[in-house]
Amino acid sequence: MTKPEYEWTWKEIPVGNVILEPGNASSYRTGDWKSFKPILNKNLCIHCGLCYIFCPDMAYNLDEEGYFIADLYYCKGCGICAKECPTQAITMVVEEEK
Amino acid sequence: MGKRVGMEVSIAAAEAVKQANVDVISAYPITPQTHIVEHLSEVVANGELDAEFFCVESEHSAMSICIGSEATGARSFTCTSAQGLALMAEMTYIASGLRLPILMIVANRTLSAPLSIWNDHSDAMMIRDCGWIQFFVENGQEVYDHVFISYRVGEDRSVLFPTIINMDGFILSHVIEPIELIEQEKIDQFLPPYQPLYRLHPDRPVTMGAFALPAIFAETKKAQEVALRSSMPKILEVWKAFGDMTGRYYHPVETYKAEDAETLLVTMGSIGETASVAVDQMREEGRSVGLVKLRLWRPFPFEALKQATLHAKNLVVIDRCVSVGGPGGPVASEVKSAIYGEPLRPTVYNFVAGISGRDVAPFDFIKMVDKAEIEIEEGKKDGYEIYGVRE
Repeated sequence: MTKPEYEWTWKEIPVGNVILEPGNASSYRTGDWKSFKPILNKNLCIHCGLCYIFCPDMAYNLDEEGYFIADLYYCKGCGICAKECPTQAITMVVEEEK
Repeated sequence: MGKRVGMEVSIAAAEAVKQANVDVISAYPITPQTHIVEHLSEVVANGELDAEFFCVESEHSAMSICIGSEATGARSFTCTSAQGLALMAEMTYIASGLRLPILMIVANRTLSAPLSIWNDHSDAMMIRDCGWIQFFVENGQEVYDHVFISYRVGEDRSVLFPTIINMDGFILSHVIEPIELIEQEKIDQFLPPYQPLYRLHPDRPVTMGAFALPAIFAETKKAQEVALRSSMPKILEVWKAFGDMTGRYYHPVETYKAEDAETLLVTMGSIGETASVAVDQMREEGRSVGLVKLRLWRPFPFEALKQATLHAKNLVVIDRCVSVGGPGGPVASEVKSAIYGEPLRPTVYNFVAGISGRDVAPFDFIKMVDKAEIEIEEGKKDGYEIYGVRE
């Protein structure tokens, strides 16, 4: 059901612009305005998960090797993970233009 | 026929809210709306109405609570005046954008400065474009009746808009009038319980008030604009149903001795009753003068207004608000816009009268008609004056 915003006509929008599909924000790329992105140094990571807990956008996921990795499709580059990381395993680096 | 009871109009308004069986009342007291809220708090405290009464710390919160409660499907009510409405203004746009059929009574009062508690329409005009259905009533009976009418229209699935009933502060709010109360069984039939289209409920989660990027905002605004304009047939239908029930039929534009009149006074709100006395006096003198009264302000009744006015030579439009630095009063602006496209149209002369509670007596209307008729005859096309100001 979810489609890009620019495809909706005014007649299709639910009354009051209500969103009827719970959690559909996950379908939208919301991480494309960040100016910094988090980079993890796996040698320093102690797998504590504080980055995962503190991330305000739930961008962190546990990968198969047991590391928490930010999904840059959603990450806004706020840097909270880097600030909270107890071993300074996360550094914020400038996002480069593609 | 219901019982006719002498009561203060504010009390009648509160009684109507009680009879409409609202679930949530949230308001902050401000003159001249206070008696409505005071009476409602008594009604809830006495157990006469099973509702939540929220004593809030500001009007901003009053409207915010109404938005939240209405979003859960609870029939909600608030009322305010002037500065209170100004503080609430931010939230009024959100209520209409979310299409929540809240009812608000505004006991119209002047916006400061200078500080004034008296009546005019400057508060209502401040939020003219807030996207609510907006009525201007003429007397206490109309206030009482429009509480039921407003909920029935606003809550209709084809409408879903909040409604403002504008009633003149003091001139109506503090006056004792004979009010014909409607039997509760009839009200219950006329106004069934609210069945929201969407509501906040854990069983079927929805998001209200989400962010909209430029790519979709214009589409949401057009949907709102078309929907508010399209509420007109439902308003007419509900007025008809209400008339069939009570014998009191309402129309977006009312006329009085207007059909053959060369000059028409155009008024909005309680001042119309005084104007009709002036029309009677001028008719007795053999003058061709009539009266057109606007009851529905949004959606604006363009067609009904044209039908009522296009045959006339002169329109003397009375505003109760100054659009400072603008084209005259807001009512005159709207009237001019409505008739602009017509090849043959009357000339509009605009008076701002009765601001901040200054009395406008029948002879004032006669003076205004005199002046407008003479100046239009002399060729004046853009007559505009704040009436009665000492030079």
